[in-house]
Amino acid sequence: MSTPSDSYPRPALEIASLVRSGTMSARHVVEQCFARISEYEDDIHAFNTLVKDAALHDAERVDRLVADGVDAGALAGVPIAIKDNMCTRGIETTCSSRILQGWLPPYDATVVKRVREAGAIIVGKTNLDEFAMGSSTENSAFGPTKNPWDPSRVPGGSSGGSAAAVASGMTPLALGSDTGGSIRQPAALCGVVGIKPTYGLVSRYGLVAFASSLDQIGPFANTVADAATCLQIIAGHDEADSTSIDKTPPHYADAASKGVVGLRIGVIEDFLSDANPGCVDAVRRGAEALASFGANVDDVSIPELMDGLDAYYLIAPAEASSNLARYDGVRYGLRVPASDVSSMNNATRSAGFGQEVKRRIMLGTYALSAGYYDAYYGQAQRIRTLVARAFSRAYERFDVLLGPTTPSPAFGIGAKISDPLEMYLSDLFTIPSNLAGHPAMSVPFALSDEGLPVGVQVLANALGEVDMLRVGAALESAAAPGVRGPIEPRKSTGAVR
Amino acid sequence: MSASDRGDSFEVVIGLEVHCELATSTKLFCSCANAFGDEPNTNICPVCLGLPGSLPVLNKKAVELAMRIGLALNCSIVPSTFARKNYFYPDMPKDYQISQYDEPINVNGYVDLADGTRVGIVRAHIEEDTGKSTHIGGKGRIQGADYSLIDYNRAGVPLVEIVSAPDIRSSEQARAYVSELRSILVAVGASDGRMEEGSLRVDANISVRPLGSEVFGTRTEVKNLNSLRSLGRAIEFEADRQVAIVTSGERVVQETRHFEENQGVTSSMRSKEEANDYRYFPEPDLVPLRPDDAFVESIRAGIGLLPAQRRERLNALVGAGELTSSLSGQVATTVDLGLDDLVADVVKLGANPRLALARTANEAARHPEQARSLDAALYAQLIGLESRGEISATQAKVILDELCATGEDPRAIAQRLGYEALGDDALEQAIDAVIEASPAEWTRFLAGDERVAQFLLGKVMKETKGKANGKAVAESFARRK
Repeated sequence: MSTPSDSYPRPALEIASLVRSGTMSARHVVEQCFARISEYEDDIHAFNTLVKDAALHDAERVDRLVADGVDAGALAGVPIAIKDNMCTRGIETTCSSRILQGWLPPYDATVVKRVREAGAIIVGKTNLDEFAMGSSTENSAFGPTKNPWDPSRVPGGSSGGSAAAVASGMTPLALGSDTGGSIRQPAALCGVVGIKPTYGLVSRYGLVAFASSLDQIGPFANTVADAATCLQIIAGHDEADSTSIDKTPPHYADAASKGVVGLRIGVIEDFLSDANPGCVDAVRRGAEALASFGANVDDVSIPELMDGLDAYYLIAPAEASSNLARYDGVRYGLRVPASDVSSMNNATRSAGFGQEVKRRIMLGTYALSAGYYDAYYGQAQRIRTLVARAFSRAYERFDVLLGPTTPSPAFGIGAKISDPLEMYLSDLFTIPSNLAGHPAMSVPFALSDEGLPVGVQVLANALGEVDMLRVGAALESAAAPGVRGPIEPRKSTGAVR
Repeated sequence: MSASDRGDSFEVVIGLEVHCELATSTKLFCSCANAFGDEPNTNICPVCLGLPGSLPVLNKKAVELAMRIGLALNCSIVPSTFARKNYFYPDMPKDYQISQYDEPINVNGYVDLADGTRVGIVRAHIEEDTGKSTHIGGKGRIQGADYSLIDYNRAGVPLVEIVSAPDIRSSEQARAYVSELRSILVAVGASDGRMEEGSLRVDANISVRPLGSEVFGTRTEVKNLNSLRSLGRAIEFEADRQVAIVTSGERVVQETRHFEENQGVTSSMRSKEEANDYRYFPEPDLVPLRPDDAFVESIRAGIGLLPAQRRERLNALVGAGELTSSLSGQVATTVDLGLDDLVADVVKLGANPRLALARTANEAARHPEQARSLDAALYAQLIGLESRGEISATQAKVILDELCATGEDPRAIAQRLGYEALGDDALEQAIDAVIEASPAEWTRFLAGDERVAQFLLGKVMKETKGKANGKAVAESFARRK
């Protein structure tokens, strides 16, 4: 029997507070969580793997800590979903690829360790576009994830499983990774909060690499406060990641209460001209709300950002072509036997990788080839520098920037899968922040004419998370009623796919 | 055809790439042990196995050793970066090697050889080693093998690759260069110098050209050179092979060749066309290396005397300018075994320099470990006993062995062995006895046959049970003439 004080889903901070005070057991939370998962997972397919027994075991450990009067952590008893490209010791980690199916990592990613130490309970591994390459979660070897708002539509990607798990209330928190928008875009399409932190703020150790110079892990949540709390847990220096920033992060949870009075906010005009009217309208109304809260809002044109997409689709595949070389059938994962080593390599990779992964490996291999390096990879790096400089100039005038997260709300399953270039355009507004290594977040703000969530993107300078979260919290407070998750997912009619 | 047959019309041009395994306790990018000869696949972790999600963290000690090498090779230490060298090979866990490419840590150095040649060092950069494959069946190479075993213990071991300029002109010079390089690497503590364990691995770029030509010929790269001897043999073979090709009007093919140690020949591994496109690009998982001047100077201060400086110091001690080849051989041996500090110390304590050098290079060298920890005062005492004629050379050698083994006082050893100095009277009596026993030889000696003197000296030694001082015997012989 569910009472108001015993409801699930509920925000992570509430759960942690109830569990830490001993009002509610972590075991009870986890049972409720799995009850919700069994209700919706068959329709949504957010997860590749669920680990109920381990989760209940971990919950009991948290409950013992509470009973013993030991601090069980800021996320005590909070169910969390982990994107299936982060290593979890002894729990299958597949990257939604046949080539890694069945692989059991012998170690936990640093972020996994940190959320565990904070008392969070890992309930499963979420679906993604294979090796995080895609914007719809349709490129999963294990089938697509459905958007909880409309099962005929994609949840976005590549962290579609994590976004859908949070939007449908299966878990209050999830971790995703964002290489070109893979947290923010699905967050926008599923109506949840998603943060891509500054490059180097969160350790990448244990994140299966797609494009190492762009990849960054971040949280999904239904509230800005939950997302900020989760960010606080996973942020901070890690000796195991040489690119991790050696600096103590500021306090993120306070950001929401600081308001936006006096903040200088620039609306990126260039994004608006490439977004559909619903998305443009959401940004305009968001900007008005922020102005009404006391921020100084103005338009700004940063045309260089629009070149980011081209640079990204050379740099990311180039790095991917190298990062994915190790899946050769020799040491782990799939092996297709053949008469000699190189035939075995070829047979394994041909069978193990999906179309999009192969396409990007070939693109990247080409871009790095002798004689083409300067024209492609070299040129892309120069554009990357131009994007970073253009941002720097803008940040001389503004504290944060505002724009749409995506050009449109969630599109239909199958609508773009046969047209890679159209699919790539989904990341047009999110890619520049990855190229520059800057933080950005998506906040659910409006409902489209079709009743789908529309996200507004808040961009900040390197390590500008606090100002970004101040604006995110202000937008959250002015968001359209009903856009904020979790929602009761629309059940699949069975007619789709 | 030998080198001398070639010598009139052709010149061989050689550049060497020497891979030096750094003597760190852990690997280049993880904390696994860097140890040779352990049970296969025991020194491994997610990082050196290249497991998904793992990341490299640069070993600071390896960077320090690389900088020591650079400074010892007179290189400039410059800001550097790491790159990925991409190619598929089963013993390379990530299917790319992390190496320094366009921005190596050490550039523009040189090594001076004993013959006066200066060999330029183009670069000396840091990279990781691969695992080790053993191919079972076929010819022991990956092609045609039934199966292969891979030991990843070596994967991620730190290497410095030292690339010479094409300044070497003979197999002898090549050997001298590697030998000198080895001494330097050992002296700065960067390597144990064991070629047989693969601590030092040499690839040779070899070409030939008509004598007097300024243009380089087409080169081949020869691999699998596991000893100085192999290096010399491979160069001789390859130079002859190329001269024969050029002389017959054909063209040398640019390719990588494998030295077959058993037959002493090189054979084609892969041609330029088959060569990999390594698709180098900056390693995004590591940050650039920017050692500041103070750090470079602290490394420089930690480097002791280099082998060339050590040889010079010994040369000066034993009398520079009149060095015979046997003396310079003793100097080289003493420096190579790290015993030159000992010689310098005993000379400082008053020991005869040449005698100290000879005893060190010839006798102490047989137990270098113990000799390196000898008490210089005791050693000086021993040299003094011999040079004053209180003990014979033969006795001195026995006492030195004892001294190395026990560290006992040389006088006490002499007493224990009954080596009291032979009195003048006793010596004269012994010589009388020898003359009486070998009258024919004595007559020949008196007639001026110097060769027989050695025979008579031996007899006196035998008569005195080795206690006679050779110099005193010779003097007595001379007086009796």
